[in-house]
Amino acid sequence: MIAFAIRRFMQALGVMLVVALISFLMFRFVGDPVNQLVGVDTSPAEREALRQALGLNDPVMIQFSRFIVKAVQMDFGISYQFKQPVAALIASRLPATLELSFVSALFALAVGVPMGVYTGLYRNTLLARGFLAISLIGVSLPTFLIGILLIFVVSVHLGWLPSFGRGETVNLGGVWTTGLLTKSGLLSLILPAITLGLFQMTLIMRLVRGEMLEVLRTDYIKFARARGLSRRAVNFGHALKNTLVPVITITGLQLGSIIAFAIITETVFQWPGMGLLFLQAVQNVDIPIMAAYLLLIAFLFVTINFIVDLLYVAVDPRIRLGEARR
Amino acid sequence: MTATLSVRNLRVEIPTRGGVLRAIDDLSFDIAPGEVLGVVGESGAGKSITGSAIIGLLEPPGRVAAGEIRLGGERIDDLGPDQMRRIRGRRIGMIFQDPLTSLNPLYRIGDQLTETILTHERLSQRAARDKAQKLLEEVGIPAAGARLSAYPHQFSGGMRQRVVIALALCADPELVIADEPTTALDVSVQAQIIALLKRLCSERGASVMLITHDMGVIAETADRVCVLYAGRLAEIGPVRAVVKHPQHPYTHGLMSAIPSLAGDPDEELAQIPGAMPRLGAIPDGCAFNPRCDHAFARCRAERPHPYPAGASDAACFLHDPDPAHRPPEPVARAAAARGIAAADETPEATS
Amino acid sequence: MPDVVGKDTNGAAAARGPLRRAIESDLWYSFTRSPVTVVSAAVTLVMILSAAFASLVAPHNPFDPATISILDSFYPPAWMEGGDPRFLLGTDDQGRDILSTILYGMRISLAVGFASVLFAMVIGVTLGLVAGYIGGAVDSVIMRIADVQLTFPAILIALLINGVARAMAGPQSYDQVVLVVLVLSIGLSFWVQYARTVRGSVLVEANKEYVLAARLIGLRPWTIMFKHVLPNVMGPVLVIATINLALAIITEATLSFLGVGVPPTEPSLGTLIRIGNDFLFSGEWWITIFPGITLAILALAVNLLGDWLRDALNPKLR
Repeated sequence: MIAFAIRRFMQALGVMLVVALISFLMFRFVGDPVNQLVGVDTSPAEREALRQALGLNDPVMIQFSRFIVKAVQMDFGISYQFKQPVAALIASRLPATLELSFVSALFALAVGVPMGVYTGLYRNTLLARGFLAISLIGVSLPTFLIGILLIFVVSVHLGWLPSFGRGETVNLGGVWTTGLLTKSGLLSLILPAITLGLFQMTLIMRLVRGEMLEVLRTDYIKFARARGLSRRAVNFGHALKNTLVPVITITGLQLGSIIAFAIITETVFQWPGMGLLFLQAVQNVDIPIMAAYLLLIAFLFVTINFIVDLLYVAVDPRIRLGEARR
Repeated sequence: MTATLSVRNLRVEIPTRGGVLRAIDDLSFDIAPGEVLGVVGESGAGKSITGSAIIGLLEPPGRVAAGEIRLGGERIDDLGPDQMRRIRGRRIGMIFQDPLTSLNPLYRIGDQLTETILTHERLSQRAARDKAQKLLEEVGIPAAGARLSAYPHQFSGGMRQRVVIALALCADPELVIADEPTTALDVSVQAQIIALLKRLCSERGASVMLITHDMGVIAETADRVCVLYAGRLAEIGPVRAVVKHPQHPYTHGLMSAIPSLAGDPDEELAQIPGAMPRLGAIPDGCAFNPRCDHAFARCRAERPHPYPAGASDAACFLHDPDPAHRPPEPVARAAAARGIAAADETPEATS
Repeated sequence: MPDVVGKDTNGAAAARGPLRRAIESDLWYSFTRSPVTVVSAAVTLVMILSAAFASLVAPHNPFDPATISILDSFYPPAWMEGGDPRFLLGTDDQGRDILSTILYGMRISLAVGFASVLFAMVIGVTLGLVAGYIGGAVDSVIMRIADVQLTFPAILIALLINGVARAMAGPQSYDQVVLVVLVLSIGLSFWVQYARTVRGSVLVEANKEYVLAARLIGLRPWTIMFKHVLPNVMGPVLVIATINLALAIITEATLSFLGVGVPPTEPSLGTLIRIGNDFLFSGEWWITIFPGITLAILALAVNLLGDWLRDALNPKLR
């Protein structure tokens, strides 16, 4: 178990290094950092001096290690657009994205799992077919379209919910701003969370259904039935437990995906999160923000993957306890 | 005495897009209390489907289309799902082929046992656990108490099958259906498991329906044996009779194909030419007729039903007692030379 | 009495013509059995055809400055009050006919979608073949890259490549290459699935006798890979491609909506939606909703086809 954890940790580190390399290459070689920082009328001599001062003439490896050291210290340089430290910019926007992502993930799980179980157990009922139809729509419609349609129907036509911004937020200890504590904050959260979570919800539903159908076909379920176990014991005691084990791990991985997809939702709803920041960076070629965002996302993903892997080992006794003793 | 299991004219159909397949066609047999009936046949002959049909676990769209199945005299083929569920485990137990996939890998053995015990008996958790431990000891698992908290993958194949047997027997069913219980096990372990199964069932007075393609197991363990071919009964009778004096040409072919230690090692194994027909392409008349050395005109036109043939019953026109339907002389003589006697002749003792 | 004893019915089937075989095959059967699939196929076909022949089918050419007039702007759909029968679905802020813009936009959406999938397939299949057949260090490197890339969702990768290309090309020349960049970025975010599947199949096939035989004869590795192994792995590849097509179309639409995709001068459906989004609150909903519905129907139809194909080709579900 420990060996496994160490191995996965080294792998995670490896991925981070690769991403850091890409990030660094982008940062350093795409476009000219100096040109971005100074005005057009700066003389070549001054530019050269600046280049020297920034350490841009040093060997690449040294620049790379400097980059990594700074990254670990959360120093990502200055944004081209806003002329402010990137780290501070991202930090101010992080809570908005994380809150949105978590609420979406909860929504996706809370709705997706029961729907999946139902359609797995009762395959041919009208309700099951209805769920499957909804899932198809959820998978086919692009996230932004769902957002627009929701805005159109709920905000424009019915006027029930706000369609942009976070509403009022509460500042917690200067570190985190939350929208969960105000009414307008919560209302503003609803449409974006549904938009962001719908795709994940349908994925989860289909995953649970698929797993459920597979499990119901196994020999141990057949044997459980042959032993006379009640329908409830077979379906929910055995089948459900075996279904959920892979589902939980895959869902954990999806959390990272949600954070990335937040870019789209934040754009549609003008939600002031990291995703919107990143998009503006892409549009305006603000390399420092792009590079920093990449590293941060990679870090989040890798961490989530790592935790999920450990979780999987903890839950499946076959991996945890090793193979048969003769 | 009422037979534990009585199957009459069972027909199992599987609707497919190419038409309706008859996986089992007009099958009838009995199993007496405490008896071990072997059910043999090639892959696809319908052995497993018979077992699944009896316990009510046919995979849809397969279904019982006709016939009766009686357990201890009462009909069970027409029961609703809840009633059938109450019979499963308590009155009919079933064991499957692969013990690894038969057990839920995420649950401890002890939990799976106590769950099954508590489904059929009102006991306290404590009492159920004690009973589980006793069952494990009965099937020969050492250090049973500690093993209750183990997971299936921590057992070897033979041990796992013992656990499976314990699970199937924990409610003392009157009939145990064992579907290829040793096929997935090492040869060295097979004999132990079969012996265990036989001992436990005879101790409990349970009947056993032992489904297998391994004639060796049947010869050692069964009291009677029934031979299936393309979903139909070919021959049924006491083990010694069927093995030593097979009365159906197919059974005869099967027995001849088994190499014997006493035989000549250089002699080629006898083979039955051709292959068992697929369910969608069963020939008219007797299903075996294209491969049969003794087939005559009637075999291709009508389907034979089991006739008495010495100690066993064989579904072959060679044994039709009706004098108006005697097989042609040369055919009868060739068959008799093989020990397959025509109806009014006594079988030759050839061994 | 016909002697049908033990005859191999498959042998008889091969004697009939290939068309007959196709019609009688399981694939066609499951296709015609499912009305939903037939409808999706029909819808997809209609959309592809109308997009391909947009210049013939569309009532107007929305991108010819000579034919549009700002006086025609903001007409609602023809069946609503204030509508004009010339413009069935209304007009946008510049007087362009929505129906026509949708048709032309669909052309771009489909073109980029198909091109990306093709690109991803070519790269993915090639890399998968190479990784699986050659193995060793090459295999490790390719799979490592694949693993790293798989950690991230496709949209992120597409955005990243897009951003980098934008930075490298500079603002002026970027517009000229934007379509190529789009195809590249979307394609590069999808190649991994193909590579993995093909590699898996190659690893299985490489041990089979026909490959060993080919090597014994002395055929060169490339020949073996492409002529012999490849046909056997194309089945799952096609399934992935169909499912990917919907995803590619959606990804392009998303990128365009976000403003980093197809520019408004030759808009795709996503760009149209983006343009129309500004008018959603001021009441001219049709500018964004109709392209939106079109995109939804297209994605849905292609997805249904992909679903059916996957189920039909999946041996486990038979």
